[in-house]
This record gives sequence, structure tokens and C-alpha cells, in this order.
Amino acid sequence: MPKRFYVPMFQHIGEPCRPCVVVGQKVLKGEEVGRAEGRISAATHAPTSGTVVSIEEHVIGHPSYLTVPTVVIDPDGQDQWADSVRGLVNPLSVSPSVIQEKIRAAGVVGLGGAVFPAAVKMSPPKDKPVKLLLINGSECEPYLTCDSQLMVERAQEIVAGIDIMMYTLPTNQCVIVIEDNKPDSIRAMSQAVQPFPKMRVQAVPTRYPQGARQNLIESITGQEVPSGTLEADMGILIHNVATTFAIYEAVVLGRPLISRVVTVSGRGIVRPANVQCLIGTPVQDVIAHCGGLNPGVRQLILGGPLMGRAIKTMEVPVVKRTSGILALLQEEIVERPEGPCIRCGRCVQVCPIRLIPCEIAWRAKSDQMDRMAEVHLMDCMECGCCTYTCPSNIPLVHYFRHAKSVILADRLAQDKLRQDKARIQAKEARMEREKAEKDRQKEAMKAASAARKSAAETGKGALSEAVQQGGLPKS
Amino acid sequence: MSPTNLLLGSSPFTHGSGSIAQIMQTVIWALMPATAMAILIFGWPALLVIVLTTAASMVTEVLFLKLRKRPSALGDGSAFLTGLLLALTLPPQAPWWLCVTGGFFAILVAKQVYGGLGYNLFNPALIARVFLLISFPVQMTTWPAVNPLFGEQAYSLSESVAIIATGHQRTPELVDAVSTATPLGQYRTETGLGKTVQEALGGSYGFNTLKAAEGWIKGSLGETSALLLFLGGLYLIRKKIITWHIPVTMLLGCLLPATLFWAYDAAHYPDPLFHLVTGGLVLGAFFMATDMVTSPVSIKGQIIFGLGCGLLTYLIRTWSGYPEGVSFAVVIMNATVPLIDQYTRPTAYGHVK
Amino acid sequence: MIDAVLSMSGLALVAGIGLGVAAKKFYVQSDPLADKVMAVLPASNCGNCGYPGCRAYAEAMATAAAEGGRPVAINRCLPGGAATIQAIADVLGVDPVAVADAIGPQMAVVAEIQCIGCTACIKKCPVDAIVGANKQAHTVIADWCTGCKACIVACPVDCIVMVPVPQTPYNWKWDKPAGPHDRFVS
Repeated sequence: MPKRFYVPMFQHIGEPCRPCVVVGQKVLKGEEVGRAEGRISAATHAPTSGTVVSIEEHVIGHPSYLTVPTVVIDPDGQDQWADSVRGLVNPLSVSPSVIQEKIRAAGVVGLGGAVFPAAVKMSPPKDKPVKLLLINGSECEPYLTCDSQLMVERAQEIVAGIDIMMYTLPTNQCVIVIEDNKPDSIRAMSQAVQPFPKMRVQAVPTRYPQGARQNLIESITGQEVPSGTLEADMGILIHNVATTFAIYEAVVLGRPLISRVVTVSGRGIVRPANVQCLIGTPVQDVIAHCGGLNPGVRQLILGGPLMGRAIKTMEVPVVKRTSGILALLQEEIVERPEGPCIRCGRCVQVCPIRLIPCEIAWRAKSDQMDRMAEVHLMDCMECGCCTYTCPSNIPLVHYFRHAKSVILADRLAQDKLRQDKARIQAKEARMEREKAEKDRQKEAMKAASAARKSAAETGKGALSEAVQQGGLPKS
Repeated sequence: MSPTNLLLGSSPFTHGSGSIAQIMQTVIWALMPATAMAILIFGWPALLVIVLTTAASMVTEVLFLKLRKRPSALGDGSAFLTGLLLALTLPPQAPWWLCVTGGFFAILVAKQVYGGLGYNLFNPALIARVFLLISFPVQMTTWPAVNPLFGEQAYSLSESVAIIATGHQRTPELVDAVSTATPLGQYRTETGLGKTVQEALGGSYGFNTLKAAEGWIKGSLGETSALLLFLGGLYLIRKKIITWHIPVTMLLGCLLPATLFWAYDAAHYPDPLFHLVTGGLVLGAFFMATDMVTSPVSIKGQIIFGLGCGLLTYLIRTWSGYPEGVSFAVVIMNATVPLIDQYTRPTAYGHVK
Repeated sequence: MIDAVLSMSGLALVAGIGLGVAAKKFYVQSDPLADKVMAVLPASNCGNCGYPGCRAYAEAMATAAAEGGRPVAINRCLPGGAATIQAIADVLGVDPVAVADAIGPQMAVVAEIQCIGCTACIKKCPVDAIVGANKQAHTVIADWCTGCKACIVACPVDCIVMVPVPQTPYNWKWDKPAGPHDRFVS
């Protein structure tokens, strides 16, 4: 157990959550410390019992190396669960909305890497029923083995989780997809699904990026997900095995997502292992648990070697998306300068979604951002195959990320301009209205005073008339 | 404590072992058997031609990268490969200035002027060959007789230097031999005079397909041994440097019409095997058309490109003013690559055509 | 010799006349560019461009572009930023240029201790990005602020400052790789 936990408020896709504890407050294990903001968001919880010592900006494993608000907790060593942690005794007898609420409250997100809030995925809209549930047991990347180990050790729980999910959605078909180089996982899962006729295990070829949603769906159904749509539009829902396990824990045990299995590997690690890690544990504590670092570590990566994120410092905490911690030595890294593209076409041949990476990179190099739509830049899932295979060491994915962020920032800027304009017009309209209102009031006042005046005139006239009529005695 | 000086940046953090230098080296190795055979068949002059041409290419590369203030790229082996490929398209006793001009032109005009490796539109070796062929037609079509390295009449090394440097020949008989043509030239000239193919190639000319495949025919250095070139090409495919698509479709593109016309009129159109073993078809199919920079990136594009190269080769060989058309065919198809790339972009995942 | 000169001159004359006639005959009255430019401006009339309002700036740019003459810089719109420059460049058919000030996007921040709650800035803010009531400290809604500086001018106690929009993981951008030593590098 580390001396101090750093629980970032931004561990998922969507809106970051807002700290709901104050400095000095005692928290119990599983107590909510960050509240979900908005529909697509996920709560975060205290990984153990202890005291909130500060709420500060802390570095996270993000390629920007920037900080986010983080709740810092000093454990009290009691590791005492909160009272709120209570599971459903018989989940299959309650209303699905109760289960959905449980998952939402537990802050479960997709643990395969996308970190999309699971509760959102578990509440499909009425017009898009889920016909097929895919449980992704294909490891996301080479080096990582956390999912396959989970399947070997927790097959029963995973299957129970699937059962709950199938009841909640509802759906009556489920395929558990496992790569064929993991016979142990396939055996364990096949045994576990035997009592459930609606589930089956299917082995798929081990070929990165098999775990990507596009490839998974193609291998199982033979169909492609149309560009710009989600698999949900096809009536397919994908969940990772680790997410399934988290859902089981959330529903049956009431435990929020406060830990996950992390693969600690690479030749820079003294004792590589799969470790059950509490969320918020600094990377250096995890590495220390695995015997520390070998000398000469050149690169530290959160996640896998193909899609992970390099980190600058070991103060970065393990978060929900951290599937692996890799410490690579110099000899595991190819460090060569970028060369010219010789159009060898290897990137074209390896691209799992049939893009022309070299052409996209050329356009990114020459800043032709307005011509990216025709080469489908936004369809790229950044699997890294093209960069891996490029003989010229061109950082293709880096070019794509650059181009994507430029295009996205531009879209946001355009949106902001539109909003600005709308606000300006709203304000102008309001000013005009107020002015008109004022004018009318002025007018009304003028009219009123004029009326008074004329009334006074008439009054005077009446008086004089009266006088003239000689009603009044001469003074 | 965190280790210092950690490597940052964008994923992926792992990388395959391929590199430009490795690709070029593999291609050079694949060319070695045919090169050795060329030296064996034509003697020391052939070696001198190869050395001169590659040296000229590499010197030009060094000079112009220096002029353009770029780091030296000699280590990637591309200049050596260009020089070697060019040398293999030259006559076995090409004069020294032809070799040097060719190497210089290939690197400067066909490569560096375009921006260096990766930016050239045309295959540098072939552009240089076409340039030499048009500018110096006599020297480029002077075909010495086969004179093996260890034969009875073999050139000595000093004699070879004299031949390349001054064009001086030893004996009148050998000078006479110089004037006969390559099989393709023989076929075109003689059938043009009204003879049949059999009359043209048989008789005193004595064409033999198997001998030709081994390389015992007149022609450019690398055009001769179709067999060894073929083996080198298979090695490249096995090593995954090239795919089979361009070579196979290029051979098909030439041999299919050849078969059709041969079946139609064997007296005037030679058999497809003749086309296969003579001229630069195999060299072109495996080593020239497959040049990565100047061929399409998609498989579909490569098939179109290969077919075009083969078909144009056959057209030029059969009906144009030149007896051999591989270099023209490939260079013409090079020009269409941007267009082919544009129209053969694979349909991306999740998109409908 | 004289034949060649005469025939070339004759050809040039014919081509010249043809071009001249075509230019007159097919002359297209350029449609009101100013409206199009105006459409891409924020319309906040903040005046940072040095013109009295967005309309005036749009007209100046359109006139300069249509009639030649002294060009008017298209990078003077502070609230619009790079996106607006690009849009103006597209409308006018010129190359986009960098944002006038290289300090990046800015936003206003009210020093709440100094604020006297006079609501002068609230009245001036074109996008209603400042909230507050009379005699209460005001504050800026960061997401709404366009960085137009209208409030700074309005503030009687100079309690509003411009600060760069902070970098966070949400608005962070991937840099562009340095690239190889190729022909584009000098």
C-alpha cells in the first residue's frame, strides 16, 4: 500500500468529474470523491480509507504532461469499506434501471482503453436494441496480458457479469472473443459458460489490432461498421472482460471501480507481473512492488507499446485506463531519425482499416488540413501498425494525431465563434428590446404627463368656464 | 526516483527492424548473381563498366547532397543501387564517359533535382538509360560478342582498361563481331526485311532459348541472364521486399499478347519464351518496375501498373522504332503513377465505394 | 526574318485584341464581398482591429481586395483568432497569415478584490460573459470570453487583466513532428 494516493478527476472520456470532498475530510474505501458531471461522465471513489490531505493539480499520464485537479488521500491503514458499498443479493430479480444505476454510481468505465462510461453503454436507447453482446477478451496490445490472466482467474465472475449485462440490456446473444494464442483463457471461459446456452466462446486469430472494435466486429459478424457510426447502430455492444468483471463487482458486491489489473512488464522491470492495483497508486509504488527498475531504463509507458503513452515521471498515478506499465531499456527501442518516404507501401498493406497512411502523412506535413476528409484521417484509430512497419521511421501516427488535433481545435474554434455570434446577437436583441421598452415607457410617461397637462388645461378651462358661467362669486 | 532523460513522444514505442538501408542492401544482394554472371560472360570490361557507373552515381550523390546542405545519405545504399541498375542496362563495353555521364545524370537530374530519395517521379536508372539511348544511340547499341572471363580469348585487365578508356580493340575479328545485333534487334531488323522469325534467328545467328536464359547472348550487362535475375527476384519476394504483383503482372502483360500473336502467326511473331529470355524484361519486371518510389502503393494500383509496363514493352518491341522497350515502358508508366494512386485508393473500412 | 517578325506580331495583335474584347465582354461585377467577410467576423464590434466595428473592417478588407490598392491586414480580429483569419482568407482568396499578436488566445479575468461592482464591464461585454450584480464582485465566464478587451476599457478601477487561456489536457494539441531533412527543410 502506497503512502499517498492521487486520484485524478479526469480518468474517462467525457466531462471531468468535480471533487465532492473537502481537505481534511475522512473518507472510507469506496466513498465517492469525485462526482460525475453531465451525462457522459463517471464518478471516482476513494481507493482506501483515509484523509483527504489536499485537492491539487497533479500530473497524469497524458501526452501533454499537464496536470488535472486531483484528490490526494493519505491512507489510515484501516482499509475500511464505506457503508454505501452494498451489492444486490439477487440482481436478476430487480429492475434493469436499478442495475444501471449501480453501474453508474460505481464509476465503471471501459477498461480496454477507451474509458467510455459503461453505464451509458449499458442503457441503450429504446430504438436501438442490442442484438449481440461481444465480450472482448482479445488483449489490446502485445506485452499486455492482464485480460487473459483475469479470464483464467475470474472466469466465473466474468460470466456472472455477462449474465447480469444480458439481463439488463436486454439481449440474448453473447460471444466472448479470445485470441487463439491464449488456450488457458479459452479453456477457462468455455468451462464457465457451459451452464449458459446463450453465451459462447469464439477464438480469433492473434493479429494486432484484433482487439479494436472494427476488427473484432469484422471477425465475428463479417460486417464492417460504417464510418462515422457506432457499433451500437448495428445493434452490437462491446465490453472488455475487465469491464465485465468491474460490472460484476459493482452490481453483486456493490464495489465501485477502485482497482484494476495492470501488466507491469518490459526488460526494465526486475520482476514483471500482473498486479491488482488500486486506482491512484503512483507508478513508482507499483514498480517498487515489482522489484523496482533495472538500470538503463530509457522509456516508461502507460498502456501498451503500440498505443500507450510515454510518461515523464513516476509520480503519475495508475488510473482506470492504465492497462500496463512498461519500462523499456535502450535495446528495446529503435531510435532512428525520420527519413524520407520511399513509397514502399508497407503502411498501406498493414493498415487494418485500409487507409493510405503515407498519403495522409504527406498532407499533414504540408498542412493540407482541409483535404483530410477525402483520405479519411478521422477514421484512423491510431493503432500504430503503419509507424511500426515504416522503414523510414516516419512517425505517421504522430502526424495523424497532430492533424486530428488541429482539425478538432479548429472545429471547436468555429463552434465558439458561432456561439459568440449567437450571444452577441442575443445581447443586441436584448438591448434593443430594453431600449424599445424604455422608449415605450418614456413615451408612456410623456403621454401621461401630456394627458395630465391637458387634463390640467381642461381643468383650468372648466374652471374658467365655470367662472364664466358665473357660478362663483367675484372676489 | 524517476529515471532521468526518459524518451517521450507519440506511440507506437516499438518499431519493426526494417530500414531503407536494409531494403536497398537486400535488392543489391539479389542482383549479385546476375551481376557476377554478366562479368563472367563479358569479362573484365563489364566489371569496369559497373565500377565506373556506381562510382559516378555515388560521387554525384555525395556532391549534390553537400551542395543542398543535406546530411550524407550514402549509407542508405540507394545511390549504389541506382548505379548498379544503370550499369546493368549498359552495353558490356560502354566507354568510360558513357558510364560517368549516365551515373551523373541518374542521380542529379532524375533524383536530386526532384528532391532526393523518395521524391523522384521516374526511376533514375531508367531515365539515365533513356537519356543515353537517345543522346548516344551508336555507343548504346554497340554489342560486343560474348567473351567469357576465363575463355581462350579473354580480355586481360589492362586490355579491358584500354577498351573502356579508348575504345581500342585487339583484333579485327572481334571488331567484326561487334556489329551483329542482340536477339531482339536481329528479329526486328530481319523480319523488317521480309524474313520469317525462324529465318532471322536460326541459321547463322543460332538463337537458342536455353542458352539465352543462362545469359550467353548479346545485350546489356543485366539483360542477359534471365534465369539468375529471376532467382534474384524470387529472393526479393521471399524477403518481402517486393510483392509478386508487379513482376507477375508485368510479365503477363508482355507474354500474354506475345502468346496470342505467336499463336496467330508464328512466322512473324516470335514465341513468348523468346520475349521472356531476351532483352530486359525480367530485369525490368523484378528490379526496375518494382522500384518503390516510382510505383503505386496499393495492390490494385500495382497490378494496373505492372500490366501497363508489360503491354507497353510488347508494343514497343513489336511495332516501334526501337527493338527493346522495357525502359520506355517503365518510364512511361512511372508518369501515370500519381494518377493510378489517385484512382486505386482502397475503400477504407466502413466506407462504401 | 521579316516574315517571322510580322507573323508573330500579327498573332500577338490578334490575341491581344481577343483578350481585350473578352475582358470587356465577360466582365463580372464582383458581388458584394464585404457582406461575405462580415459573415465570418464575430460581429462583436470590439474595435480591436482599429476600425469602428466589424462592418467597417469587413468593408475595408473587401474594398482593398477588390480594387487592389493598399492591402488591409486580415489578421486584426482579436476575438476571432486563427479560425477567423482562415475564414477571411478563404472568402478573399488570399493566403492566411499569423494572428496579429503571437501571445495566443487570451481571456479576461476580474481581480475580484479590486472590483467595485459597478457593472460597467457587464454592460460593455458583447457576449454577456461577465456576471455579477451591483456592488458585488463580478466574474468572467472563461468559456464564453472572446478576449475582445471591451471590458478592460470600461473598467473604472482597472481591475480586469488579460491572461492567456490556460493549457489543459482538454484543449492541448499534438505538436507537429520535426520532419526529416528533406527538401522542405532549409
